[in-house]
Amino acid sequence: MTTETTKKFNIDTVENAGKTPKTDLPWAELGLKRNEFDEIVKVLGRRPTGAELAMYSVMWSEHCSYKSSKNHLRQFGEKVTEEMKKDMLVGIGENAGVTNLGDGWAVTFKIESHNSPSFVEPYQGAATGIGGIVRDIISMGARPVAVMDPLRFGAIDHPDTARVMHGAVAGIGGYGNSLGLPNIGGEMVFDSVYQGNPLVNALAVGVMRHEDIRLANASGKGNKVVLFGARTGGDGIGGASVLASESFDDTKPSKRPAVQVGDPFAEKVLIECCLELFKGSLVEGIQDLGAAGISCATSELASNGDGGMQVELTSVLLRDPTLTPGEILMSESQERMMAVVTPENVEAFEAVMDKWAVEYSWLGEVTDTGRLIITWEGDVIVDVDPRTVAHDGPVYDRPFARPEWQDSVQADTFTGSVQDAGRPAGPAELAKAVTELVASPNMCSKSWITNQYDRYVGGNTSMAFPDDAGVVRVDEETGLGVALATDANGRYTYLDPYHGAQLALAEAYRNVATAGAIPMAVSDCLNFGSPEDPDVMWQLAEAIRGLSDACQVLGIPVTGGNVSLYNQTGTTPIHPSPVVAVLGKLDDVARRTPSGWREDGQAIYLLGTTAAELDGSEWANMRGHLGGQPPKVDLETERALGEILINASRDGMIDAAHDLSEGGLAAVLVESSLRYGVGARIALQDVMDRDGVDLFTALFSESQGRAVVGVPRSEEVRFTDMCTARGFAHTRIGVVDAASGALEINGVESLSLDALREAHEGTLPKYFG
Amino acid sequence: MTELPLIGEAVAVAANPRLAGAKIGVVTFPGTLDDRDAARAVRLAGGTAVELWHGDTEIGDVDAVVIPGGFSYGDYLRAGAIARFAPLMSKIIDAANSDAKLPVLGICNGFQILTESHLLPGSMIKNDHLKFLCRDQILRVENSNTAWTLDYEAGQEITIPLKNQDGQYIADDKTLDALEAEGRVVFRYVGFNPNGSRRDIAGISNAAGNVVGLMPHPEHAVEQGFGPETVLSGSAGVGGTDTDGLGFFTSVLTTIVGGDK
Repeated sequence: MTTETTKKFNIDTVENAGKTPKTDLPWAELGLKRNEFDEIVKVLGRRPTGAELAMYSVMWSEHCSYKSSKNHLRQFGEKVTEEMKKDMLVGIGENAGVTNLGDGWAVTFKIESHNSPSFVEPYQGAATGIGGIVRDIISMGARPVAVMDPLRFGAIDHPDTARVMHGAVAGIGGYGNSLGLPNIGGEMVFDSVYQGNPLVNALAVGVMRHEDIRLANASGKGNKVVLFGARTGGDGIGGASVLASESFDDTKPSKRPAVQVGDPFAEKVLIECCLELFKGSLVEGIQDLGAAGISCATSELASNGDGGMQVELTSVLLRDPTLTPGEILMSESQERMMAVVTPENVEAFEAVMDKWAVEYSWLGEVTDTGRLIITWEGDVIVDVDPRTVAHDGPVYDRPFARPEWQDSVQADTFTGSVQDAGRPAGPAELAKAVTELVASPNMCSKSWITNQYDRYVGGNTSMAFPDDAGVVRVDEETGLGVALATDANGRYTYLDPYHGAQLALAEAYRNVATAGAIPMAVSDCLNFGSPEDPDVMWQLAEAIRGLSDACQVLGIPVTGGNVSLYNQTGTTPIHPSPVVAVLGKLDDVARRTPSGWREDGQAIYLLGTTAAELDGSEWANMRGHLGGQPPKVDLETERALGEILINASRDGMIDAAHDLSEGGLAAVLVESSLRYGVGARIALQDVMDRDGVDLFTALFSESQGRAVVGVPRSEEVRFTDMCTARGFAHTRIGVVDAASGALEINGVESLSLDALREAHEGTLPKYFG
Repeated sequence: MTELPLIGEAVAVAANPRLAGAKIGVVTFPGTLDDRDAARAVRLAGGTAVELWHGDTEIGDVDAVVIPGGFSYGDYLRAGAIARFAPLMSKIIDAANSDAKLPVLGICNGFQILTESHLLPGSMIKNDHLKFLCRDQILRVENSNTAWTLDYEAGQEITIPLKNQDGQYIADDKTLDALEAEGRVVFRYVGFNPNGSRRDIAGISNAAGNVVGLMPHPEHAVEQGFGPETVLSGSAGVGGTDTDGLGFFTSVLTTIVGGDK
């Protein structure tokens, strides 16, 4: 593309670009559209150089620019009230949002997708997903304290599912376990809609003192820019732009080389090294290198700061000396960070690097020119306004419309359908149905997965799988801690995207409250198909609208997250899958409520009311039906239930609590019994009479706003008085029975805990060894 | 010496000034993960934790050393194989073998480092099922006369978390027979052998009993609300308490300051 020759490459300089306006550039191969290329030419007033084209192409990709979703995502900011902002220290737009925990503590958390790489190369895809989200947390100035992984794979019996499952779980374990971060929960869903597009989402949470909060900006003329951590290699080049912004297509060559390779040891050292830098106040601004690598870090740091930066690209330490400038700018090699350091701190900075044996190289400095200038052996190869790269990318108002098929899907209710034929009735059939439910792929025990993750490291894990939320202590003196839960239901969201997204939020909110924590903030990972399909775009628009409306009602803001589009095989998209993470606060983690009962004779209460809501349920799914309307959302009820659960936990009125969601009451009764291996005697007649439902519906309906709690006898009056005073439906449905070794439900044959455990825990080992 | 941990450090509570005078070094290599946890366990037992850095050339005035778990140097070559050559390790090896018989406890990666250092015989290979496994594990204390097990009774069963990928203890039959004969099998897995270790061996000691290594993690069973009873590794009904591991750390304090036993 150029006639100029240097020692190593034909370098396309800015000067050369000015002289050769007609040169053909591979903008289409880099994923840019014609109008986007034209826009770059307009912004620059000339054709871009090869290096500039590389930068714009990755930064303007769907993955980095949010060009299809930006217009809709604005609602998360617009619908935030002053009241919701009171604990928000850093909002959307930084690497991760920061929430005030009190006592000078702050917490930061974020959930992200690593879907496409995890299908191509499950181990490394999932591993680097953990690595990337953990670096986001570090770059806020926080010590990461835990991770979680919501996973969605294809059908459990499809041959390719085992490949993805083994790889992704081993990758999450192999990387996360080596970082010393406890894995405290997540999700596992099997559905054939994810066969060619598994969803591997990763969440990390970190804590810090208020004064340690760091932002990604490069300020102060003359301050030095340094790249440190792993060397830059050829892995992941074009990863963000090519992989995450395009559907898989068999006709194109393998994209395996585009997946990054992780080195958890390098990341662990990087964590400790960064924390030491923060402690010594040695960096002015810091940014992790993830998607779009150096392109992203330089342009974001510069545009968030004083606006200028000068960088010599040959100073970058390379793993592969044959990399071109464009490749160096695009490389997504893992375990790298970029920081801005004052000249006075250079020596101290280098001492920390030397202590941890971390490689670093000084690339350049902050300027006040408003330009990001990148040179190659002194020749200018990039001269841009960094804002045009990092923030002013294209924004699309993609057309969207309610799909034509939506009405017929919603009209196809489960009750009375072909699949509903032979609905279980009578004690024997109901017992068989309960056992079948808890052994089903989505409801079975996930311990085969979670036993491959370290849940103990750090010594602050107070709760983890199989409880409703993961709980980690933050302050060892006071017991202050955080609770986290992630939830999504692709089937509900397929049936009704607006309410489906709200249901995901409601469940995560309920899970956190069930643990006894006060919900404070939301992070979301919006996994959808192609935004160029108006049906999918409508799902996305509706889900964002639903989620932002619900956040307003529940009074908790979205502080960050990510959008993953093009999750489809050919023209078939995945179910719209907004994964919602809710973070809550516990003043003392000793007060957290586990999901199982232990004390003989304790009363078991069902909170909330049950309607005949089987559409989209696990039971319908097991029978191969998907249609109708998802369960009704009532956010005021969720809020009232949350307050009861939180107060009851704080005042010691309950010893156990489990939220009702997928699988309904049947799943909860089994899980709460198996948690400590302690059975119960249950009678649901009062619920059936009050709510007008039959026993099957009482057990398998997925009505929202419900929870089961275990109440010590001494607290029963106080607890029921509180529910009555708040006007919240509550029914005593049974007692804990420690001697029976069984779950006895009136009208259902006795279910021995041994048999239930065998069914519940046997499924994943059966398929995956 | 390394800096104190930045977040989550426990406040040293010196309930017993006699014990608090005992200094227990906790070694940090690059890639060590459970160092802050081991230091917390020392503090909860009443001792004073002193942080040791792998590059240090002196171990200072510590009365005992814990080599915690993790993946030192990434364990990319072989678990513990590189850590064994750290400057600090040669000092620890000398002190452990000296007449003073410095008590040394190797946990998980620390156990692997002790076998690589030849302070303990045998070696660890990948779990027989080839997966990382985290579970609450019942152990039987076979020898309560080592520096780290004085506060247990011989035959006592304790539950502490196990979490590793390369936990299968192996040695030739002659070595195993000698370990058995000399009472140097300190811990055995009970009920379930989680990794295929020979003769269900979970932990061993040197001949003098001052050096002990084991794969499970006693430092994760030292505090109410954060141990196996509360956190559960997914298999209900394992039993035990949250604090079954505290005895390791009280034992060594007893060894250092002297006790009834």
